[in-house]
Amino acid sequence: MSSLGLLLILAIYVVMLFYIAHWSEKRSHSKWTNNPYIYSFSLAVYCTAWTYYGSIGLAAKSGLDYLPIYLGPIIIIPTWIIILKRIIRISRVNKITSIADFISLRYGNSRSLGALVTLISIFGIVPYIALQLKAISDTFHIVSKTEASSNIFTDNTTYICIALALFASYYGNKYVDASEKRRGIVTAIAIESILKLVFFLIIGVYVTYFVFDGFDDIYTKAAVLENFDQKNSVGNLTNGLNWFFLCLISMFAIFILPRQFHTAIVENNQEKHIRTAIWLLPLYLLLFNIFVFPIAWGGNILFGTQGLNSDTYSLLIPQHFNNNCLTVLVFLGGFSAAISMIIVSSITLATMLSNNLLIPYGFIGSLENTSQEKNTKKIVLSRKIGIFSLIILAYIIYRVFILDYTLVSIGLVSFVIIAQLAPAFFGGLFWRRGSKKGAMTGIILGFLICFYTLLIPYAIGSTKSTSTFIQEGPWGIALLKPFQLFGLDYLDPIPQAVFWSLLVNLLSYLAVSVSFSGNYRERNYAEMFVDIDKYITNHENAYVWKGTANISDIEKILERFLGIERTKRALTIFNLKYNIDKDNKIADARFIKFAENLLTGHIGTASAKIVIASVAKEDKISLPEVLRILEESKENIVINKKLTESSNELKKISEQLQIANQELINKDIQKDEFLDTVTHELRTPITAIRAATEILHDDEDIPADVRQKFLQNIINESDRLNRLIDKILDLEKFETGKQKIYLSKNNISRTINNTLESLQQLILNKKISIEFEKKSNEIKAFYDEERIVQVLHNLFSNAIKFCSEINGKVGVEINEGQDFIAVSIHNNGKGIKPDDLEAIFDKFYQSRNQNIKKPIGSGLGLAICKKIIEHHKGKIWAESSNNNGTTITFTLPNYNTSEK
Amino acid sequence: MKRILIVDDEPNIVMSLEYTFKKNNFEVFIARDGQEALDILKDQLPDIIILDVMMPMVDGYSTLEQIKKDERLDNCKVVFLSAKNKEKDIEKGLSLGANLYITKPFSVKKLVEKVHELIN
Repeated sequence: MSSLGLLLILAIYVVMLFYIAHWSEKRSHSKWTNNPYIYSFSLAVYCTAWTYYGSIGLAAKSGLDYLPIYLGPIIIIPTWIIILKRIIRISRVNKITSIADFISLRYGNSRSLGALVTLISIFGIVPYIALQLKAISDTFHIVSKTEASSNIFTDNTTYICIALALFASYYGNKYVDASEKRRGIVTAIAIESILKLVFFLIIGVYVTYFVFDGFDDIYTKAAVLENFDQKNSVGNLTNGLNWFFLCLISMFAIFILPRQFHTAIVENNQEKHIRTAIWLLPLYLLLFNIFVFPIAWGGNILFGTQGLNSDTYSLLIPQHFNNNCLTVLVFLGGFSAAISMIIVSSITLATMLSNNLLIPYGFIGSLENTSQEKNTKKIVLSRKIGIFSLIILAYIIYRVFILDYTLVSIGLVSFVIIAQLAPAFFGGLFWRRGSKKGAMTGIILGFLICFYTLLIPYAIGSTKSTSTFIQEGPWGIALLKPFQLFGLDYLDPIPQAVFWSLLVNLLSYLAVSVSFSGNYRERNYAEMFVDIDKYITNHENAYVWKGTANISDIEKILERFLGIERTKRALTIFNLKYNIDKDNKIADARFIKFAENLLTGHIGTASAKIVIASVAKEDKISLPEVLRILEESKENIVINKKLTESSNELKKISEQLQIANQELINKDIQKDEFLDTVTHELRTPITAIRAATEILHDDEDIPADVRQKFLQNIINESDRLNRLIDKILDLEKFETGKQKIYLSKNNISRTINNTLESLQQLILNKKISIEFEKKSNEIKAFYDEERIVQVLHNLFSNAIKFCSEINGKVGVEINEGQDFIAVSIHNNGKGIKPDDLEAIFDKFYQSRNQNIKKPIGSGLGLAICKKIIEHHKGKIWAESSNNNGTTITFTLPNYNTSEK
Repeated sequence: MKRILIVDDEPNIVMSLEYTFKKNNFEVFIARDGQEALDILKDQLPDIIILDVMMPMVDGYSTLEQIKKDERLDNCKVVFLSAKNKEKDIEKGLSLGANLYITKPFSVKKLVEKVHELIN
């Protein structure tokens, strides 16, 4: 493929990504850009050209050693659910925009520490960016089949690099507030992550299944190559330790690498997105590693001893088989991996450079006295220039120093340097005593060791060489041999550097922190960082500050950076949040912290403090006093929390009370209605008795047969009265739970037959035919026979009563289910309206419903039946159709189940 | 001879009332609910109606409403005879236009006296 064609494809590809970024920037709140998957895939910016090409090279040369860099993150990622969440909370409330901000704020808004972290990051990351440029350049030359030109100006890759630098600086820094989310960039990065994975999987499948005949085939062919076994096993303790240290620095890297800090923390929109990331990112890393080994050893088998650069096997293999299309795809995947790293890293480095180095040490003074527009322009421009120069610097480093190194070795050096921030970072997160002096000492000493054991040897280009510096140590002092420092001679150079640098770093951090306690500001932030969950809602409360400051002075400063409009809005929000009168003129600690936060995104934490301090006269506070104030504010927060909790509880209780009250009222109404009906039902027979008796009493010449009739009426009505009272008492017993049910094993057919026998006379009188259908005579259930007889008696009486006048029929059916038996009693009467099917089981339903012809009865029978069946844990219901009469069915638990 | 219509769904109460009013020289008509009463009133014009409230199909209140719509029955007196003895029940009955509201249980003798008072 010609250079020009390839450049054209690249241009189209970049324009496409640019368009995606542009599109999603506009839709920054839509679910397409603000979702856990975009977040998770953007974290895969971890996989750079190092992963894409370098892993293959390493696997081809030394077997499994490529793995620890991915195992480390996979092991540590599950802890994100706790640790990352805390870091995100701390960063959110303090408007932290970079790892430098984070560390400098934790150690008391320290300007020098922020600058130091920035320098370390630049030292670590610029070569890492150079690595990406090297990958783009190397692969470009392979795909276009050109030779790298020794003259920078005739080399195509120079221009690619310049274009990239321009793109990154133009698009990477639109906002002056660095804590703004950059949805466009993040979405583009996530898309690139998907593309690089897909392209890598495609080449993996191609090599494994099309060039070779599956994993087995590659393994069989590779196994006969020289040193295969030795390369592909973790042999001894030394190897194990090498692995351990590599895992360790990659665990740190996934937290601290500036680009990881940026994508995982600064660009995090919602904490819950972590939940997706903790499974998706490890899965992504695993997928990426499936085909590394087949491609690497496939390349070894194909090209053997031709001395080709094994980093580029994934391109050389398709090219070897003249598959141009696939070659370009792989190239684009690698390009994606490289540019996403370059863009994110350069943006974060430029922010750190401006907010933690240039502004606090350089032009902070000039910012304070100019207008907001000018300030914004100046800050944004400084970052743009920063991005551009960092990428160009990386290109120069690539051309001058690292033309001949493998991708992996440069990457690892970066990791070791960045790992120097780990003790200060994690210590600050978990240990209150960690102090600024300790952090600075640790970082500086650790870096010096890295410098001595890695950077110098790499810079003089003598990693493997026979130079006397490596072999004999400076001035022939064996203990100072850079790769075998202090006689430690059994680790590889990089794990050895990790060991010594981190050991010295950690010990000095601990020792200095313990020996010299920090100032009150450090202690203040230590408290806020370690106990972030306590302060999350009103974190300004936790800030300790004493002194005199006017709100109007601070307001003026804010306007210079935020503009008048935004400053006003921010102040309104602040006053609302803390319920402060807007005429208040004196700033308190909360306001100072709030103002610093507003500026942090623009000029970094250290500068924010300096700017605010220029108008706020702070009084010195002693450490014990800080601790006392913190303790008080902690108590306040706890008390507030408790108050909210108990007020919530009260609310809940009052709601419950209201519900209970409503229930009581309903019950009261029901009770009134019941009493009403009961008195009415009782008065009716009394009325009949009274009238008849009065007539008998007063009328002496009443005929004998009429007298007889009246007397009979009195007897009947008295009986009715008595029955009614019995039933009311019955019902009352069931309702108050006084009625006991005595369960025993009974035969339901026999019970039914007994009941029918007692009704024989009634049945004969109405000339009703009874049809009794049953599957067996031996269906048994647990029930109180006396009570069930009562139910059956009632149901049969009703059935007979409501039967058709002519050809009356009553049917009985027993069915046995898995857990219950069901008894259905059917009559061929007029039927019940659908609306009334449930209501007939209510007390005194008959008397309350005028639409039914009032038959003889108490109106309590079915209500009592229902209670009895419910006490047996059964159900009772009615079904009816106009032509078919009514069926009432009840169920009882089956003998088999209730026995348990 | 005065004519009386007795409307009640309790046969034993009806029996006592029927006996008593016949003995007092009334011509007695009997209905077991409101609907039956309205049917009878299509052909007959009684002087007085004894009306129960709680009855199936059509209750006493709505029966009275129907009666009040019929001009032929303008001179017909109506007495409620009910076990519902609350203030509001009585008020409702009287406001619908009944001449009397007597609560159950009642004295037969007194009922006859009141009826006489009403129609004379």
